[in-house]
Amino acid sequence: MSMDVASGPGTLRPPAPASAAGATLDLEWVRAQFPALQQDVQGHRLVYLDSAATAQRPRQVMSAIVDFYESDNANVHRGLHELARRATERYEAARTTVASFLGAAEAAEVVFVRGTTEAVNLVAASWGGANLRPGDEIVVTVLEHHSNLVPWQLVAQRTGAVLRSVDIDDDGRLRLEELDAMLAGGRVRLVAVGHISNALGTVNPVRSIVERAHAAGALVFVDGAQGAAHAQVDVAALGCDFYAFSGHKLGGPMGIGALWGRRSLLEAMPPWQGGGEMIARVELQRSTYAELPHKFEAGTPNVADAVGLAAAIDFLRALPPGAAAAHEAALMAYALECLPAVPGLRIIGPRTIEGRVAVFSLELEGVHPHDLATILDSRGVAIRAGHHCAQLLMRRLGVPATARASCYIYTTTDEIDRLAEGLELARKMFA
Amino acid sequence: MTAERDGAPDRPDGSDRPAPVLAELYQELILEHYKRPRNKGELEDADVEMHLMNTSCGDEVRLQLRLEGGVIRDARHMGNGCSISQASVSMMSDLLKGKTIPESIELAQRFTDMMHGDPVAAREKRMGALRALAGVSQYPVRVKCALLGWDALLQALKKIGGEEEEEHGTGGSEGRDR
Repeated sequence: MSMDVASGPGTLRPPAPASAAGATLDLEWVRAQFPALQQDVQGHRLVYLDSAATAQRPRQVMSAIVDFYESDNANVHRGLHELARRATERYEAARTTVASFLGAAEAAEVVFVRGTTEAVNLVAASWGGANLRPGDEIVVTVLEHHSNLVPWQLVAQRTGAVLRSVDIDDDGRLRLEELDAMLAGGRVRLVAVGHISNALGTVNPVRSIVERAHAAGALVFVDGAQGAAHAQVDVAALGCDFYAFSGHKLGGPMGIGALWGRRSLLEAMPPWQGGGEMIARVELQRSTYAELPHKFEAGTPNVADAVGLAAAIDFLRALPPGAAAAHEAALMAYALECLPAVPGLRIIGPRTIEGRVAVFSLELEGVHPHDLATILDSRGVAIRAGHHCAQLLMRRLGVPATARASCYIYTTTDEIDRLAEGLELARKMFA
Repeated sequence: MTAERDGAPDRPDGSDRPAPVLAELYQELILEHYKRPRNKGELEDADVEMHLMNTSCGDEVRLQLRLEGGVIRDARHMGNGCSISQASVSMMSDLLKGKTIPESIELAQRFTDMMHGDPVAAREKRMGALRALAGVSQYPVRVKCALLGWDALLQALKKIGGEEEEEHGTGGSEGRDR
């Protein structure tokens, strides 16, 4: 879903299907592809609004995984038999799919990892361990998920580097003047920033951050856990140096994700984990390492889930161009208009559709987020309540927790209505 | 598993378990304690204090106790959290006053039993207002909310016990018969 598609914030319903437009989502068809959505919970049709935690998977993803195990299962690389050849081919084809999905120059710049968290740990340990010196600075933001914070803390503690954090304004948008001031100090080596905030749905101005950071000689690592699910990612256009995402946030399997890095950077980085697959020649005291990307993929990789991830990407790319983005823009416009109509409800974060995605942090006066989640669950509405792995942000906002409703391509305006009804019920119960 | 106890088919997703009734969870008494918590505030002369946080959800409670001769004379709490955690600690603070340490530990044990679905505990008179929380046992993810204040209590009492043991080790014999 791309944010740069303009949409009238006044429209409450997604545009009626019109073949001429070419950018409409056949929502009924989309929903039919997601088996998990076809169920009742607590006697109500499931309304799944926890996609920022993990999205549901289309059946095409499950089929691809089953098909791999049933037909082509073998360990990859070096195998001289037919199945090993096919497994390797599918694994590397998945890498090519991911590379083109990210706009990467070449597939060798894509390293398969377990997910975004592992990618951050890889770069922090390998690049950070080799390059950070005492007094060097790493800049994060108050919006970061713990996974784009704690790995940097660990490497800072090890190397004597210092972590600094960019604050947000009252609308949940980054205060870039703070970043500028930090960069002006001349000690910043890397800026680690989320493409999209998992807690507030804010889309961060990555391109502008990259320009500022590069001008000051700092690299930029982008946590794309939410970005890859909601935005059209193009690492070349963003200009960043690293981009990481998790497959399960965009409909792929859990346990697979990818790190993209510039070839020159990845080549200069030391291996992260040792083992099979990542070596060239091995001797007792030292070894030489495999070419990219295998240098960073020790051990048997998660082949089946890489195949599943490629299937998820193929699924998204088969949708009419721009349709997902238009759908999300319409959903946002609808939610931003109808949710605040619930008395006592506050949306924390951007209140206009510009620069945000359909992930909403909510606060309902007098009702704790956990109670809200339980009450909504009793109506079959699944949301998440808590700190969303963003304790820095919760502290900054002065709230212990929020209730978060997060949408994806299968979310409907009727489901937003069901959310609003549940909020109304909670309000009355606690009135 | 709850499903087995209810005699319902043991489905891993629990989907055949009868849906718990929301009204049983959010009883009037719970909402009342949530909106007007008893003994909320600070003690100036607390003998022991325990601050606990549920790191997975951010609920927190700071419990203070004042004791006289092994009997809890006053209990106060601060913190924030959901209706279940706040009502539970509010009700607890009322019930603790006048109880000895062993009695308090026993009460905490029975409350824990009730949270784990013990129907007998849920009928015991000494549980007082706490019986309104019996429905929480139907919501496994919320049980930890209800237990937060009680965990603070047990740790606070342990702290007192520890201090007493230290006193026993270094000092006279007056504490021995307690």
